[in-house]
Amino acid sequence: MGTVFSFDIHDARTAAIDAALSDAVAWLHHVDEVFSTYRSDSTISRLARGEIALDACSSEVREVLDRCARAARATEGWFSPTPGGALDPSGLVKGWAIERAWQMLREAGAHHVCVNGGGDLQLSGESAPGTPWRIGIAHPLRPGELYAVVTGNDLAVATSGTAERGAHILDPHTGAPAAGLASVTVVGSRLTPTDVYATAAFAMGERAEDWLEHLDGHEGFAVLPDGRSWRTRGFPGRFADT
Amino acid sequence: MRRAVVTAASTSTLIVLLLALKPHHTAGPVGDAAQPGVAPAPTPTGRPHKGAHPADGTFTGAPIRTTYGTVQVAATVKAGTLTAVKVLRAPSGNGRDREIAGYAVPRLTQEALSVHSAHIDAVSGASYTSAGYIRSLQSALDRAGV
Repeated sequence: MGTVFSFDIHDARTAAIDAALSDAVAWLHHVDEVFSTYRSDSTISRLARGEIALDACSSEVREVLDRCARAARATEGWFSPTPGGALDPSGLVKGWAIERAWQMLREAGAHHVCVNGGGDLQLSGESAPGTPWRIGIAHPLRPGELYAVVTGNDLAVATSGTAERGAHILDPHTGAPAAGLASVTVVGSRLTPTDVYATAAFAMGERAEDWLEHLDGHEGFAVLPDGRSWRTRGFPGRFADT
Repeated sequence: MRRAVVTAASTSTLIVLLLALKPHHTAGPVGDAAQPGVAPAPTPTGRPHKGAHPADGTFTGAPIRTTYGTVQVAATVKAGTLTAVKVLRAPSGNGRDREIAGYAVPRLTQEALSVHSAHIDAVSGASYTSAGYIRSLQSALDRAGV
């Protein structure tokens, strides 16, 4: 089963926005065809099998792998484009694809946009005039409940955790599933790095708090397996400190 | 979608189902109906359909209750291919939070949240709602005979 993407556009409808929406949907399908590790004929699968060289790949493939390499450096190796040993840049591709789709809509004149890919979000503008977007953060330990709400206008929000798909993020240093946190949410301005940082922070576990505290341009909070939580100091708002 | 009703034609929402980038490893509510990598969505190549062409038209899926509220979609089918999905009902509200001013920086609040009264625009994290979309879409496709 794939991921559900939704586009929530709160601008007056125009032909340009309609066209951009079609283009954005086509873009997501294109990304799937090129980057899916579940399609044996995708460029990434062929690259992983050594059937084609990186030089023969499109510029977007090289861009993604370059971003993966930078993400691995920026996270001290806690994000890895080879999480199980084989090439799999999916952890970066989804956020990158969402951010690009959002950008396509922005360039077409849509200002109030929320693009959601399986719970990772890139949004801008307002939900309604004078009303910022309100993004619920799923409670990782109590299915169906929210743990907190992030309110803002221009945000990228990514959550990594065990709630949706079980333990699926591996500690790249040990190969074992990461288990130090129940979930971690990172908020930034662009989803490509924000999503990567959420994945890396989840793999880090306890160390993520100090790492996120010193990460420029991003804030985060986490829920621990016992239900306690922490957040970075730059996160304003009402929050029950534990 | 309630917000669409409130703000009439100025709002549009499109739900796109696809991508095996991060597949769910847990058994989904539609079980075998969705295979990894098979996207029941308006791909240029379309989707293989069974037997004769099913009828063209728009088919309304069953309302699916999720923990975030009820989700219902309508699927438009042309020549055996899903060409559009319209969200008829989605779990978001509009009203209580008019008093909230715009914030220059994101705010994190922890509230006594019952999901139905939270008035949220989207959820980050577990996509229980996604499962609702998929189930409602599947029922719409079943009715279409796709």
